[in-house]
Amino acid sequence: MVLTLDAAARRAGLRIGMPAAKAQALVPGLIMRDADPAADAKALDRLALWALQRYAPVAASDPPDGLVIDVTGAAHLHGEEDSMLKDMVNRLASSGLAARAAIAGSWGAAHAFARYGAQATLVITAGDSAKAILGLPIAALRLPKTMVEDLSVLGFTRIGELAAKPRAPLALRFGPELGRRLDQAMGRLSEPIDPVRPPDFNEVRRVFAEPIGAPETLARYTGKLTDKLCEALEAKGLGARRLDLLFHRVDNRIEAIRIGTARPVRDGARLTRLLCDKIATIDPGFGIELMRLAATLAEPLAPKQMVSSLTEEPEADISHLIDTLANRIGEQRLYRCAAVESDMPERSVQKIAAVAPDTGETWSGLWPRPARLLERPEPIETLAVLPDHPPVSFTWRGIRRRVTCADGPERVFAEWWKHDAELIAVRDYFQVEDEAGERFWIFRAGDGEDAATGSQRWFLHGIFG
Amino acid sequence: MNTPVTCPGIEELRARIRRLESAAGRRRLGLPFGIKAIDQHLPGGGLALGALHEVAGGSNDTIHAAAAALFAAGIAARTKGKVLWCLTRPDLFAPALAQAGLMPGRVIYVEAGDEKSVLICFEEGLRHGGLGTVVAEVARLSLIASRRLQLAAESSGTIGIAIRRWRRPAEAADFGQPTASVTRWRVSVLPATPLPVPGVGRPRWLLELIRCRAGVSADFEVEACDAKGRLALPSELVHGPAAKDIGRRRAAS
Repeated sequence: MVLTLDAAARRAGLRIGMPAAKAQALVPGLIMRDADPAADAKALDRLALWALQRYAPVAASDPPDGLVIDVTGAAHLHGEEDSMLKDMVNRLASSGLAARAAIAGSWGAAHAFARYGAQATLVITAGDSAKAILGLPIAALRLPKTMVEDLSVLGFTRIGELAAKPRAPLALRFGPELGRRLDQAMGRLSEPIDPVRPPDFNEVRRVFAEPIGAPETLARYTGKLTDKLCEALEAKGLGARRLDLLFHRVDNRIEAIRIGTARPVRDGARLTRLLCDKIATIDPGFGIELMRLAATLAEPLAPKQMVSSLTEEPEADISHLIDTLANRIGEQRLYRCAAVESDMPERSVQKIAAVAPDTGETWSGLWPRPARLLERPEPIETLAVLPDHPPVSFTWRGIRRRVTCADGPERVFAEWWKHDAELIAVRDYFQVEDEAGERFWIFRAGDGEDAATGSQRWFLHGIFG
Repeated sequence: MNTPVTCPGIEELRARIRRLESAAGRRRLGLPFGIKAIDQHLPGGGLALGALHEVAGGSNDTIHAAAAALFAAGIAARTKGKVLWCLTRPDLFAPALAQAGLMPGRVIYVEAGDEKSVLICFEEGLRHGGLGTVVAEVARLSLIASRRLQLAAESSGTIGIAIRRWRRPAEAADFGQPTASVTRWRVSVLPATPLPVPGVGRPRWLLELIRCRAGVSADFEVEACDAKGRLALPSELVHGPAAKDIGRRRAAS
């Protein structure tokens, strides 16, 4: 029997569930593989581990073909929720896996939208998801296959029709499973995710006989767990790069904190501070009965001799500050700029990690560069003599400025090895000053003579101080 | 007779206040600009270390704050250690900072999304103490926020520079509101030093010291930062008779 198929097979008219012999008869030369559910489950677990290390502290496989990730409080570290999903799908696509993803208010709803939503990536806010799910087919509810078929015999096709019916007759006919799945999809019933854990995981845990809830208590036990974990890491010669602190609530929900560090760290006080910064985001509900602290990413950290020099003053260590800021606003938004060999101004700057080693490279500073570079050049209207004179006057954002003095042109050739369109494109940059002394960086697309080199229109690209 | 002056408790408090004030006074060291006319206006002979300073652009530059950013970069270039630069809009062009002496290896940019996160990062950077300068681009700076920043700067000895940058020119009236910063500067562009040949000369700024704690305000006409972040007086003024008291004369007028 055909269990699954790819897009090409689907186009050829094959369907899931048809006998293998029939499929072979329909499409000669069909490539078939024996199903290996155990290997599939293992691969899915590996994928869940990847998601755990990369995206969020609570991730698990959702057999047979899905991953479930709790992104609460983790999405802002990857930009917005939407860009995180796109990043996830693109990364999977680059390793040859076609994936669809959705974020919704509950596991059930996200499961349904990922499989039956209109787009490959879909973000539905928690408030809307109970309403939006009503339009999806019943198969999205994670019910046994026979139950879906029975329901369609009774004339139910959409979740909305099912939700509008009284519960009691349905429960009598189909058992409690139907109501439970419906409630889970609507977010009325919580559904804990049991996060995946690799075998040699650095994890410490603490069970509480009486549930705890006060932030001070949480902070105290966080400190104790961190010390315990640091001891365990020290025994293995590791340092933590990413820590996940999970709080299991008495009502069977998991709240999580994730922190990252720029370099491997084994300093208990420092890690405790990073974790305690985020305790305010935890909602303890009726109490917390179990805390688990795990080093999701750990790297070797060997003891290092502190270099002591009588002549040089040591450079202050700022990795602590970088960790604090990165955990607050996201790692990508903390960066240094590095010089790139490119004449195109917008390509001459590259963002690198804040703790990357300093190479001492800088831009060759022969021509002055503006302090502010507009995100995209803005068109201006000019009065200029072609081909190689700066404008006499120009109008930018509705204000006409007369040019008193100018420097240029600085001819910038486009990078022909990047696009065909840039083969002969040229920009002529001028630094101009107006009567008030304001200095601007303007350029003409094209060399002023040959129309093939550019549109010959003028743009303002930057503002000098 | 009841004389509160001789009360031992109050005497002790006064002694403590004196001690606290002198401790703060001792730390009042300055980062000199290297220009006598400016340095003699600033208590401590330069821009106070461990203090918050405000810089804004003049006229059209209130929106872009390009000159203000270069002025801040010049100051940061002359301090030691890494520099934290908190932004709301990512339009700062790093090669220009390198031309003002602030090498790319020294600057860490923080692209905080909103004003509140910028202030949080600003304060965190000032409190750390391992940085040379912390620069932040902010629009609104309330008295309470600036007080926090000033205290954080005092505790670590780091220079904090708030570049005031608004979305609209009308909002720049906010610059008159009181804050706890030690100095307040406005940097406006002036026509560049004329050259004997066609071209744009070294940029010039009108540097207005609008407010200075324990000092007097003054205006200076300077040439913009060179490759080491140093300002200079325009050459025709350096040796002339007007150069000596240009700051005083402008302040008086």
